[in-house]
Amino acid sequence: MTPRHQRMLAVGLTTAGIVLATALTLRALQDNMMFFISVSEVIAGEYPEERNFRVGGFVVEDSLEIDGLDATFEVTDLRCVMSVRYTGVRPDLFREGQGVVAHGRMGDAGVFEADTILAKHDENYMAPEVAESLATHVDQQTASLADYSTECEPQ
Amino acid sequence: MWKFIHKLASPPHFYGLAAKIIPWFFLPGLILIFYGLYGGLLLAPPDYQQGDAFRIIYVHVPSAYLSLMAYSIMAISAGIGLIWRLKLAHAVAAAAAPIGAWFTFLALATGSIWGRPMWGTWWEWGDPRLTSELVMLFLYFGYMALRGAIDDTAKADRASAVLALVGAVNVPIIHFSVEWWSSLHQGPTLMKKGGPAMDAAMLYPLLAMILGFTLIFGALLLRRVRTEVLYRERRTRWVRHLVLSSAVEKK
Repeated sequence: MTPRHQRMLAVGLTTAGIVLATALTLRALQDNMMFFISVSEVIAGEYPEERNFRVGGFVVEDSLEIDGLDATFEVTDLRCVMSVRYTGVRPDLFREGQGVVAHGRMGDAGVFEADTILAKHDENYMAPEVAESLATHVDQQTASLADYSTECEPQ
Repeated sequence: MWKFIHKLASPPHFYGLAAKIIPWFFLPGLILIFYGLYGGLLLAPPDYQQGDAFRIIYVHVPSAYLSLMAYSIMAISAGIGLIWRLKLAHAVAAAAAPIGAWFTFLALATGSIWGRPMWGTWWEWGDPRLTSELVMLFLYFGYMALRGAIDDTAKADRASAVLALVGAVNVPIIHFSVEWWSSLHQGPTLMKKGGPAMDAAMLYPLLAMILGFTLIFGALLLRRVRTEVLYRERRTRWVRHLVLSSAVEKK
């Protein structure tokens, strides 16, 4: 084994070791790496009760009720649905059918009391005219947003 | 093949070759960026959701891509330098770090400016994409600080190369963070399954910007490597000849 081969082996093994260690660490921290948890997890009771957390999903069509700074709406991950109440300034992109991440805690009546809401947009970019001609696609999405209750089975 | 690589890696040969290549990177890069800016800021339609605010993508995406690209080049060069004891490879790694750090800063800054109106926040601690990109900025800083702290060039090369290799594990984490974990950041647009999720009128200027930024990065990198080589070889005969002959020309 030449010195160069030894160095090659050392660099290779070190790199492999670091990758393995990082992969195991990230696996162990999987839950903490999540920016938000899904509606299904909240419905299944898999959320911290004593502290704040974030929940992410889509704002259900026709569920948004606005009274000044007060907003109540329903959020779905296309399987389950839950209610959210929020008071404050809403981001421009926040609207029905749009992705949302709410930060806060569960209230007594099963309503999520949010202190911050963030709008989440998708990875598609297109002109407004194109989006209109794709309206059928949007209708399909709306339809699937309405189907949620059939699949959600709280445990 | 090996003969060719050895010739290429010899400092004086590389020094001369790089000078000839730089304009071929710089000018096409500039033209592509002009086209990209014109096409992206004026010709492309506004986005159906984000309106005109989406146009910051034309700086954000190329910067973010190059922040990762520069780190990859730095780590691979550092590895080659460690294994083959190639001085030029260490020079490339040293030269790539500050450029990569600037692109990382640019990606974070434009992302923050974009996030404020669209998401409703400048910054979110705990988001995997945002945090891992910030970690990379600190890795660049650490690499440069470590290099600066050791006077002996050969020792600085080896120590900082190990740091560059250790930090390389962060590159795939940044790239896949939006797929492995839930994030405020949306998934990939260009490398999406089934092709880019973007109108052609928006897409072509973006691709031009990415290629243009890459070419300018190449020109900057070559320029910095030349300076680095000159400094490292300052006691050799060929550099002395070079300096003397250019001094004579000036007279």
